[in-house]
Amino acid sequence: MDQADVEQLETTLFLEALYRRHGYDFRNYAQASIGRRVRRLMDKTGAASVSHMIPLLLHGDGLLPLVVETLSVNVSEMFRDPEFFALLRNEVIPYLKTFPFIKVWHAGCASGEEVYSLAMVFKEEGFYDRTTIFATDLNPLVVEQAKAGVYSLDSVRSYTANYQQAGGQAAFSDYYMARYGWAVMDASLRENVTFAPHNLATDGVFGEMHLILCRNVLIYFDRSLQNRVLRLFDESLVHGGIMALGSKESLKGSEVAAHFQAVNAKWRIHKKIAGGAPDMVTGDLDGAGPLEAGLEACGE
Amino acid sequence: MKALSGPGRFDAVVLGGSAGSLKVLLELLPRLPGDFPWPLLAVIHLHPRQEGRFVTLLDQRSLLSVKEAEDKETPAPGHVYFAPADYHLQMEPDQTLSLSAEERVRFSRPSIDVLFDSAAQACRSRLVGVLLSGAGNDGTEGLCRISEQGGLTVIQDPAQAEHPAMPQAALDALTALAALGVGGPDHVLSSGGIMELLVSLAEEACGQAGGRGAAPEGGRS
Ligand SMILES: C[S@@+](CC[C@H](N)C(=O)[O-])C[C@H]1O[C@@H](n2cnc3c(N)ncnc32)[C@H](O)[C@@H]1O
Repeated sequence: MDQADVEQLETTLFLEALYRRHGYDFRNYAQASIGRRVRRLMDKTGAASVSHMIPLLLHGDGLLPLVVETLSVNVSEMFRDPEFFALLRNEVIPYLKTFPFIKVWHAGCASGEEVYSLAMVFKEEGFYDRTTIFATDLNPLVVEQAKAGVYSLDSVRSYTANYQQAGGQAAFSDYYMARYGWAVMDASLRENVTFAPHNLATDGVFGEMHLILCRNVLIYFDRSLQNRVLRLFDESLVHGGIMALGSKESLKGSEVAAHFQAVNAKWRIHKKIAGGAPDMVTGDLDGAGPLEAGLEACGE
Repeated sequence: MKALSGPGRFDAVVLGGSAGSLKVLLELLPRLPGDFPWPLLAVIHLHPRQEGRFVTLLDQRSLLSVKEAEDKETPAPGHVYFAPADYHLQMEPDQTLSLSAEERVRFSRPSIDVLFDSAAQACRSRLVGVLLSGAGNDGTEGLCRISEQGGLTVIQDPAQAEHPAMPQAALDALTALAALGVGGPDHVLSSGGIMELLVSLAEEACGQAGGRGAAPEGGRS
């Protein structure tokens, strides 16, 4: 065993300790990236090796927030990939409008930038009042930030161009108030949003969702965890429900691939057409028109 | 630990470049044989809008098949995989590819260091690292990692690079490593020299395997 092998072993042991002692399961994350994050944690704690951090983890809670913050990648933006949000507005929402009322699960929402983006689009399309949004993330700290909806003014201003490219119809600056270098997001945007911690690796199904948004989360997982999460999404969606993943995240080779049909392949927007918890097809959907029909047909 | 899979001495070639490296790639990749025995993974700092077109152009001009890397993809010989705009490209310990949208490293995403470092971990000595023209110092740390693991390090001669800072930084760091006896710059070459080196490494690997293309294990003597 050379030094690199030893560090890999230490990382495995560290992640096992984290899971068994605190319940946070990073064991099935893609190794290159989690290895780098564990090394970054080592820099932050000043530990001499990865295994030196194990006792700190076992004998107290003090290190935990730093560990969770460092291991989870919380970077996000508003209207990242404007083209995706334009599609959401122009193709997905007209279809979702065929349901009387919809539930949205925004998984891995980080500090909430995407949640506010989604809420703006729903509002402008006159659909917000018919939606309930559940916004979840593994990291309780970022869930609190998402709930607060306060971002640095510079960063929010820098999203203006994205907003416009995504087909935004209002003045972007109407959605926030500038205060001492901070942008305070308009509280009406989160009226229908419930923020909560939820861990995709260990927690269960969210029932009867019509839209699941989970972007730039699955790439951090290995194949087995990706499969677990995709099964979870499959089981959480109603028949005809929409699942949108990040532009580099695909269903290819997953167990549930056959249950979905591509609505837009480039932007990884999929519609559930079969499988997964059939008992969840409820009366809700009866008025929704032909479920198997493509979006073109549903868009009126 | 994964089995050694590539023919001859290597499993993969990693390339990194920034300003001034596009021209080098346009000269280099079209002249490599279509049956090049290893996959090539590349991180080039590009403006996001340029990138798609550049990959298509290189693919049209090369015998190699050039594409954007996909998450969890298994890289194949004779293929070139570019990091997509705004994502880091990494090699996993099982030598599959993965992407990540983590924060920038050395002001860059994709970052050359992230690719080189992860590939050095996955391939150990069975890796060729090539650093081309550019400003800044992304790639220096990664190339040092490759060298420490016993891989082959190749630097575009700063004197001939359009932007010498990046190859120069790597050259200085590797020279310092050599003084400590743990690696060093193996080749400092013109762009033409890099092309010739890669072709001759490929020929050597194919020759050892007893023919071009197919490369059964155990062909080394
Ligand atoms: C790169 S961010 C993506 C944020 C946003 N969706 C976007 O695309 O801009 C990834 C998020 O996934 C969360 N995450 C990672 N592992 C998770 C898990 N097992 N369960 C829930 N969330 C997780 C991280 O905490 C982080 O906030």
